[in-house]
Amino acid sequence: MDIELISPSEWVKQQVKSVQDYTLIASRSIANLFTGPRYLADTTQQADLIGWGSLPIIVLTGFFTGAALAQNSGSTLQRFGSVTLIGQLVSLGMVRELGPVITGLMVAGRNASGMASELGSMVVTEQIDAMRALGTDPMRKLVTPRVLSTVTMLFFLTIISDFLGLAGGGVASSLFFGVDSHQYWSTAWQILVFQDVFMGLAKPVLFGFIIATVGCYYGISARGGTQGVGRATTQAVVASSILIITVDFFVTRLSMTLFGQ
Amino acid sequence: MSTPPSVLEQRVQQSPANEVTVKFEDVSIAFEDKVVLDGISFELLHGETKAIFGVAGSGKSTLLKLALGLLRPDSGRIFVLGEEVTAMTEDQLFELRRRVGIVFQESALFDSLNVRENVAFRLYEEGKVSEEEIDERVREALSFVELEHTVDMYPSELSGGMRRRVSIARTIITHPEVLLYDSPTGGLDPVTSNTIIELVVKQRDIYKVSSLLVTHRLQDAFTMATHYFERTENKMKELPPGARTEVPFSFLIMRDGRVIFDGDLGQLRETKDEYIREYIS
Repeated sequence: MDIELISPSEWVKQQVKSVQDYTLIASRSIANLFTGPRYLADTTQQADLIGWGSLPIIVLTGFFTGAALAQNSGSTLQRFGSVTLIGQLVSLGMVRELGPVITGLMVAGRNASGMASELGSMVVTEQIDAMRALGTDPMRKLVTPRVLSTVTMLFFLTIISDFLGLAGGGVASSLFFGVDSHQYWSTAWQILVFQDVFMGLAKPVLFGFIIATVGCYYGISARGGTQGVGRATTQAVVASSILIITVDFFVTRLSMTLFGQ
Repeated sequence: MSTPPSVLEQRVQQSPANEVTVKFEDVSIAFEDKVVLDGISFELLHGETKAIFGVAGSGKSTLLKLALGLLRPDSGRIFVLGEEVTAMTEDQLFELRRRVGIVFQESALFDSLNVRENVAFRLYEEGKVSEEEIDERVREALSFVELEHTVDMYPSELSGGMRRRVSIARTIITHPEVLLYDSPTGGLDPVTSNTIIELVVKQRDIYKVSSLLVTHRLQDAFTMATHYFERTENKMKELPPGARTEVPFSFLIMRDGRVIFDGDLGQLRETKDEYIREYIS
């Protein structure tokens, strides 16, 4: 395979254009919410695909993440004779960080790739051009429903993941450390304050937006046949995963600055 | 083939003659460093079909996408149905595109929709058409391309020629005033090609639709230039030798991104240009 070398200035230009194209897709996906036509059927279909379709993996990953967190924190707390605090640690860890991030990464792996490959295939087979030629805006029909349904579904999937993580932590605490279930749930519940819940529920909204816009951007930008579609799919998962973890750091920092520790 | 829809006939009778439908004025476009179109100018009259020729990669398909505003030229102006495509926003173009149809080279049918949903796509998007009317118009469009039996099939279940014909049905369902065909017979067997050519001639002679047709099959263009659609017999027939310039059909030949010939069959046969003579021989 030939390796194509490009000049640094050309590379910079390409990067700037990529950011510009992504910004346009992201901003139009929001702007389209406020003007018609709206595609309710497409949005519902995507919500079903993303929400219901991702439920099994979210249930499993949420439960076992909570259980693993309980085991790790339980063994440390045991050394200090504070194993009863296990519920608090699992609760804070799941609601503030692991619930949103694990759910985001799972949905990114499943749906950002799906969006990139679906839209990418439509681009290389001229279906997107055909849609434009038939007088339909692909941004409205394809991108906005995906963004809206991913944001909405990720919000609820994260709540489910948080709850199952707590349940997994409860099972692990009870089985391996003999923590009373009632005590576990009451400490887990009592430690949570407004800023924890706010941070935990603001993140999936941002992550959902990242997953859908990045997936759609790489799909719409796909070039070069099936190989290009494959490349777009990989890039969509990698870019959305990196962005989720990076944005998570900044949201956590911002939230701590605004509300305190 | 079925009887043509009367609603279109009424529109055809009201259409102005000799009006310029599509106009390219000194249009140029380059992709990266490669100049694809270099100062292209031509006009397509109302009811005329113009066949565009050129070697592979000469910018024929690009020209159609420019006419529809799917691509923007680097310079020059393009007018379609009196509107300046090059000065319109994407939202304004969506309105104009409802009056123009395009048949893509590889059909570009939506592979997740069945034939009925593909053909009715534009009607669903308009949102004001009842299910009964959609059914009727889908049947009418599919009957025009003789594919009524495929209504519940998916594109992957159709042959290449059938996909091309469904694509034509999808395009004509709203009776566009201008049709753009991108190699409609490319890669098809002679019998299927002839069926599609007959459909193009029918659109030209019965519905007076203005068309740009990209092709590299000269025999298809010569068939269109020497045949007409006989309404009473509902089939394409050859014109008598003396009447071959009477059909509104012309040739446009491109070379190295420029137009080197734009004229009718008679002018093409009389040309002294060696490249063109070699091309048509």
